[in-house]
Amino acid sequence: MTVTPLGIPRRLLEFTLDGEPVRVPEGTTILDACRAAGKDVPTLCEGDTLRPKNACRVCVVEVEGSRTLVPACSRRAEPGMEVRTGTERARHSRKVVLELLASSVDLSTTPRVAGWLEEYGAEPDRFGPDAARLGEEPRIDNDLYVRDYDKCILCYKCVDACGEQWQNTFAISVAGRGFDARIAVEHDAALTDSACVYCGNCIEVCPTGALSFKSEFDMRAAGTWDESKQTRTTTVCAYCGVGCNVTLHVQDNEIVKVTSPHDNPVTHGNLCIKGRFGYQHVQNRD
Amino acid sequence: MDLHFGDSEPTDEERAAVDALLGPPESSWEGADRSDTDLRWARGGREARDRRDLLLPGLHAVNDRVGWISEGALNYLCRRLTVPPAEAYGVATFYAMFSLRPRPATVLHVCTDLTCAAAGADDLCAGAEARLGPGSGVAVERSPCLGLCERAPAALAVRAGDPARTAVSAPATVAAAVRAAGAPDAAPAEPPAVTAVPQAGDPSLTLLGRVGVVDPASLDDYRAHGGYTALRRAFALGPAGVIREVTDSGLVGRGGAAFPTGRKWQATASRPDRPHYLVCNADESEPGTFKDRVIMEGDPYALVEAMTIAAYATGAHTGHLYLRGEYPRALLRMRHAVDRARARGLLGDDILGQGYAFDIEIRRGAGAYVCGEETALFNSIEGYRGEPRSKPPFPVEKGLFGKPTVENNVETLVNVLPILTRGAPAYAATGTPDSTGTKLFCVSGSVERPGVYEVPFGTTLGGLLEPAGVREGLRAVLLGGAAGGFVRADELDIPLTFEGTREAGTTLGSGVVMAFDDTVPLPRLLLRIARFFRDESCGQCVPCRVGTVRQEEALHRIVERTGADAAGDIALLREVGRAMRDASICGLGQTAWNAVESAIDRLGAYE
Repeated sequence: MTVTPLGIPRRLLEFTLDGEPVRVPEGTTILDACRAAGKDVPTLCEGDTLRPKNACRVCVVEVEGSRTLVPACSRRAEPGMEVRTGTERARHSRKVVLELLASSVDLSTTPRVAGWLEEYGAEPDRFGPDAARLGEEPRIDNDLYVRDYDKCILCYKCVDACGEQWQNTFAISVAGRGFDARIAVEHDAALTDSACVYCGNCIEVCPTGALSFKSEFDMRAAGTWDESKQTRTTTVCAYCGVGCNVTLHVQDNEIVKVTSPHDNPVTHGNLCIKGRFGYQHVQNRD
Repeated sequence: MDLHFGDSEPTDEERAAVDALLGPPESSWEGADRSDTDLRWARGGREARDRRDLLLPGLHAVNDRVGWISEGALNYLCRRLTVPPAEAYGVATFYAMFSLRPRPATVLHVCTDLTCAAAGADDLCAGAEARLGPGSGVAVERSPCLGLCERAPAALAVRAGDPARTAVSAPATVAAAVRAAGAPDAAPAEPPAVTAVPQAGDPSLTLLGRVGVVDPASLDDYRAHGGYTALRRAFALGPAGVIREVTDSGLVGRGGAAFPTGRKWQATASRPDRPHYLVCNADESEPGTFKDRVIMEGDPYALVEAMTIAAYATGAHTGHLYLRGEYPRALLRMRHAVDRARARGLLGDDILGQGYAFDIEIRRGAGAYVCGEETALFNSIEGYRGEPRSKPPFPVEKGLFGKPTVENNVETLVNVLPILTRGAPAYAATGTPDSTGTKLFCVSGSVERPGVYEVPFGTTLGGLLEPAGVREGLRAVLLGGAAGGFVRADELDIPLTFEGTREAGTTLGSGVVMAFDDTVPLPRLLLRIARFFRDESCGQCVPCRVGTVRQEEALHRIVERTGADAAGDIALLREVGRAMRDASICGLGQTAWNAVESAIDRLGAYE
């Protein structure tokens, strides 16, 4: 029997969203309320299994009485709040944030970002050909996954997933400061010399494809990666008795990637090294 | 937490430096030799991790002793404090004063910021670099403002060792700076703090009245000059009475945000969650600001007394004084003052026999402007990267260690002394109805007598610059530092009050008044400001992390251009600036475009 936890009943509060009164449970973020109302607010650093970090600032909205814009992902709705999501001011900041990111980071594998760049009229090229970019090379130091920090928007999700929010391994951190800040293990060493346990939970939360399975990285490099040809089969991991759900991404009869459903009450999208990477025996035809 | 340590071992010296701070390791889990008891007992869980706040002092200990932080040293420190090495690496690389690569034991920090640049810092730097090349045993580093603007250009030599030695050379010549770096112990002593107070001896001085009059090392001298009368009055009034007096006085924060101090204290005092903390923000890093340094060097006991009063009023028993890492003399004086006060029962379990316990912990910053932001400062004290937190929750609710915290600037706190000794009405009689009391201004640049000036709120900008002896050919005045704004030479009638500067479309900020004559190339100045913000951005949010870079790039492109040639980039700057102001997490990003914008709009910098 599956028990669905209902939680403590929460009081409803009322506030104004784009001129319309909305009622949401106490503790709801503005972003939750927007989504419930069917409004599309762009997000990058927000993750469904992590606490909001509000680092990317692409979800900013205007709140009456606030000097600055506020991040929808982390600000909780308050009674009587007046929130406007599509004002010129909010759209301007989103546009510039998207331009700043697109002009410094490789966003080619970030889902939905091309649509947002178009929607907000972003022109990343206007910073000129000499605009500083991250200029990082992919780090291929193990057989399981690749860290391509040229695609990193520094959303902190991998750090949070590796650290106290999920894995408790603390193998990575943000190192350096400002534009030179990068995700790194201690002394920027190879992953194999670090505390990494290869659970791959950082890959699961990475919003830009900076972290990816080695199989995906290689196939993208060879031009054979094609998500339209992939099937997804969710099954139960056979390694231990926990019974984690694993979703096998299969292309051309080969497992190319393994994820876990984020709404699974056991995994919340997390796996261990065996569930995440230990699938080769399935394909062993000898 | 499953800690993984590499194979690197600390040297004996590194181990000794860490052990001098933390004491010898208790077990092999912390890095001692393995014994039988280790097989049966381990310190674990919360208890092992609750010393995380000693990470920054630990990094200082190693850096002070050896001059840089090696893999082995970081490993050992992590083992001692149960901190994951990756996180400690992230913290260590956050601060400009630490190096994770070998470097010479002596580092000469040459200030290249605004006032020093106008006073010839580039030549000083080039000269020092030419004389102190590889093999000299000295690394020359270009530094943001060292807070010695009244003696520009300035250089600070730091030599690692036991103990680390420092020497200040200001005003510096190439020869003097090189000498200071070569033999910090033999360098001529710094002039007393009072030389930074041109008004010294003026009986109307309130906040600066004791600077140069009392011996900063002597508690008795402090008491002989009215010290600790305010604390006695505080005990007579009780905590609520003190808060009432401070509220009635109209005191607002002097760090730049101008928040009413009484309201902040009341909000903290009334929180049921315990313990409460007091934090004194002495991380004075705004370019052009040096008033807190002068107070701490010239009248250190005043700050100890003021912190005690603030803690008493808000129900705190621990106060953290977060002192800027580049202020060696202020650190020395404050350490001495805190030790003396503790020895005499003015800090400790039973202050003045009133049964009230309070003590002060001094924490040193390590070169990060953003740590002046209140929540970034909490993270820094707690041993994390000095990145600002998102608000709400505000510090009065969840501050240091997640507890209700009142954080005040040094100048704000020392204002509490005259409020209590004279009473709120007498205090509020000075200044204007909305800006009460006196204000310290750090006047530097193109003036004959630079230094800290204390004037009543409402004095005009011209009224402040006149006694400072402003030189001919004044072109612009920068108010509030890099995060502030420029005003023109014909705007000297601006009243120096919070409301007056706001009305004039500028800001008082932290009290910086930097005068520039028409020989200073404005575009170069703006480029320096932009570089400052790029260097000091913590990198957490996109608008500031990338925006400050794009701002610097655009200013670089138009450094030699005017009119239509610059118009495209100015339009770009406006768009990026607006997004930084609207969407950045903290005040650093929100104000990073202020000075540039004011230079374009008010001074016509590129016309």
